[in-house]
Amino acid sequence: MQWETVIGLEIHAQLSTRSKIFSGASVAYGAEPNSQACAVDIALPGVLPVLNRQAIEYAIRFGLAIDATINSPSVFARKNYFYPDLPKGYQISQLEHPIVEGGHVAIQTGDQEKTIRLTRAHLEEDAGKSTHEEFHGMTGIDLNRAGTGLLEIVSEPDMRSSAEAVAYAKVLHSLVRWIGICDGNMQEGSFRCDANVSVRPAGSEALGTRCEIKNLNSFRFLERAIDYEVARQIDILESGGSITQETRLYDADRDETRTMRSKEDAHDYRYFPDPDLLPVIIPQEWIDQIREKLPELPKDKRNRYIQDFGLQTYDANILTAARELADYFEQMVSVLPGQSKLCANWIMGEVSARLNKEGLEIARSPISPEQLAGLLLRITDGTISGKIAKDVFDSMWQSNGDSADTIIDAKNLRQISDDSEIEKWVDDVLAANPQQVADYRAGKEKAFNSLVGQVMKTSKGKANPAQVNSVLKKRLTE
Amino acid sequence: MLNASLRQLSLLLSEKKISSTELTSEFLSRIKALNPDLNAFITIDEEKSLDQANVADKMIAAGRSTPLTGIPIAQKDIFCARGWLTTCGSKMLSNFVSPYDATVVERFDQAGMVNLGKTNMDEFAMGSSNETSYYGPVKNPWDRLAVPGGSSGGSACAVAARLAPAATGSDTGGSIRQPAALCGISGIKPTYGLVSRYGMIAFASSLDQGGPMAKSAEDLALLLNTMVGFDERDSTSLQRAEENYTQDLEKPVNGLRIGLPKEFFAEGMSSDVSNVIEAALAEYRKLGATFVEVSLPNSKLAVPVYYVLAPAEASSNLSRFDGVRYGYRTAQYSSLEDLYTKTRAEGFGEEVKRRILIGTYVLSHGYYDAYYLQAQKLRRLIAEDFRKAFEQCDLIMGPTTPTVAFNIGEKCDDPIQMYLSDIYTSTASLAGLPGMSIPAGFGSKNRPVGLHIIGNYFREAQMLNVAHRYQQVTNWHELTPPETSN
Repeated sequence: MQWETVIGLEIHAQLSTRSKIFSGASVAYGAEPNSQACAVDIALPGVLPVLNRQAIEYAIRFGLAIDATINSPSVFARKNYFYPDLPKGYQISQLEHPIVEGGHVAIQTGDQEKTIRLTRAHLEEDAGKSTHEEFHGMTGIDLNRAGTGLLEIVSEPDMRSSAEAVAYAKVLHSLVRWIGICDGNMQEGSFRCDANVSVRPAGSEALGTRCEIKNLNSFRFLERAIDYEVARQIDILESGGSITQETRLYDADRDETRTMRSKEDAHDYRYFPDPDLLPVIIPQEWIDQIREKLPELPKDKRNRYIQDFGLQTYDANILTAARELADYFEQMVSVLPGQSKLCANWIMGEVSARLNKEGLEIARSPISPEQLAGLLLRITDGTISGKIAKDVFDSMWQSNGDSADTIIDAKNLRQISDDSEIEKWVDDVLAANPQQVADYRAGKEKAFNSLVGQVMKTSKGKANPAQVNSVLKKRLTE
Repeated sequence: MLNASLRQLSLLLSEKKISSTELTSEFLSRIKALNPDLNAFITIDEEKSLDQANVADKMIAAGRSTPLTGIPIAQKDIFCARGWLTTCGSKMLSNFVSPYDATVVERFDQAGMVNLGKTNMDEFAMGSSNETSYYGPVKNPWDRLAVPGGSSGGSACAVAARLAPAATGSDTGGSIRQPAALCGISGIKPTYGLVSRYGMIAFASSLDQGGPMAKSAEDLALLLNTMVGFDERDSTSLQRAEENYTQDLEKPVNGLRIGLPKEFFAEGMSSDVSNVIEAALAEYRKLGATFVEVSLPNSKLAVPVYYVLAPAEASSNLSRFDGVRYGYRTAQYSSLEDLYTKTRAEGFGEEVKRRILIGTYVLSHGYYDAYYLQAQKLRRLIAEDFRKAFEQCDLIMGPTTPTVAFNIGEKCDDPIQMYLSDIYTSTASLAGLPGMSIPAGFGSKNRPVGLHIIGNYFREAQMLNVAHRYQQVTNWHELTPPETSN
């Protein structure tokens, strides 16, 4: 039987606000345990939550970026359960009237473009952390993370493969960083995925029984966990079994998912509106102000790059995958108008390769967009050849912000276009290689390239290649 | 001096006829003498109180005093006070020394008042008799066989027995007004949102409201001037222009339209209480007030609605008491589950457990719509009743409680009977309206009766004025309980 996979994702994006969502404590990562937990975070008797306005603004930004509805009033609710790293015995979250409802994003897998719908995105607070390693036979509680603001982003079950799920997660990962609401650091848990996975016979409309896989903290794990889970479910169904709805945990070391808790163990969270927090009323003017301050979104940039700069869809997608990359590109183009293709090639070629090799993000590139544009300018005006430019690029990478001109002058790399000098090099090469000259004249075209190469070598790469070509041709046909 | 009004004390202090240290010492020694029997205070700390008195004396000497500087006040043990044991009447917090001040405590501190100690209360404010306290029942100073009411029973007793010139209370369904009535003192629960809840240990967040308890309306007005104010740490705190609650006290009340809800004067009220209330209303008639019958048709649902909503919120508010971070923790446990279960089974008393169970039940999957949502709808109808009633009258009067104080132990085994003592007060609480009780005389066994005044939203100044005019022509608020102890 042919099976179809159905996937929906829940993504928790940690908001990059300075303070927590309901208290004034800092959210900085990596501090001494419990040093960033104030009276509200440790839930002393009598304390009360106060909503961080910035968190609301971030959620609105997200809603606008995915063309969703911003709900007003939006209501906070208590999700009640006991756990040692949940100090109040309830989590402040949203159930009815989430701040963001609906919306969609476009994803691309191979040549296929697809729209993924979102169900909702709501604000909530994070719990603390329980640690078992350092305390023999006991559990340590660190409440630094308790109360950190999260945006939980829930998709419709619109994805049909692990590749689509990863593409969707990457689009959201890029988007939340693009609009500046989350640092996207997956190692530190700033961007976490849970996947709801089910399979059904191809062509069937009804959804199969789903399992929720928790704790997928990299795109690779997301992909592998889904692949494992899909295979597991198909195996069960094909051997006549049925799927039990449950929550499963992905174990990266063994590359498998296993039961965490069954549906029967599911909590009754006893949600009810939090009486300590009033419904949030969001005036349209505020939404409009936030919309005005929103940066140009990736999808808009991508379309502009294709239409205005004539880039290929593929190139436009890559350049708009991260805001820093797009910024880099646009700063180059502003120095080199009309050379957007050349700029794109260099970013996706030399710059990307070098960054990958050294494990750097574009924002940490030792070569600024202005520097690189200065280098490309010297190719377009004929000062240096493309080949020499690569040498200059290498030197520039090592240098401390030296301009292309400084390096070209210091190394005396300026291209030589003086006819008499080039003629002299050509004559020397022809005199030294009578055999190849004879070969060429006998019709062996390859010999010509070899002669060009020798002239370039003699000139230490500085001869203008176009001129070398024409002088050599002239001499050989004389 | 024990019977002096706050204004008189203020004058004595500012004219340096008495120091705060002397005044505080006098009350402390009275507490030492009488509290062992009355049990109004859970915590007394002479050194802390006298340190504050010393600061107050310096403020006065430096000419930086407010009308309240140097006057002692007893704090209900529901208010967190830095460095003070803050138990909320529970074994669960029997070891909890608060590292911070409630806003109410902070405001009185800044005004230069002296914290005289922490008063006894029903455990987590759940009770109407002060019998659910882990620290034992409080006695009614008028009749030591009787309860003082609750949950602010310690505060009511302290003021009535002149162990403190004033006290704080908190009111969720009547916890200021009911004990004020049963102990023959004055108490006001302001409009929900006027007094900050920050640092006041939560029982039912959408109903809890702090307020002052004192001998007279005039004293309450002075205290309210300091107690009310916007607090950014409480999201339900209201941002309003500052109001002076003392300036209208003397206004004449002729022409005042007093609404009498027919539902409050029907069956249920005992005849001794009804006689006292009739007499009080007659005084108002003499003062020029007129009466109009109004109807609060949904008020009969107030107690059931209250006993769905308050426990629902409480069940969640009390989840933080889990033995993990502070407070009581069971001595022996074998697992996390065991730690929670034993800690909460041992740390909470019966009434608190009963309400956590009720609250958990009404919020459970499958019951939420039938109980919690339904109660929320009825709550809106109750508020709507008042809105209509206030189209016909300026304020509403009736008895604070259906009977005078009952005996200690009398209703312990009958929670429903106990809950019905909130019948008049919880109606106003559900609507978020201000409510007040002032002493109006004595009923059977010579136990006090309170007159309940419900105002429209933010009409505290008017209520205090109306109460003050009554207290100018009556002396119920000046009477003191017999001094016999034991």
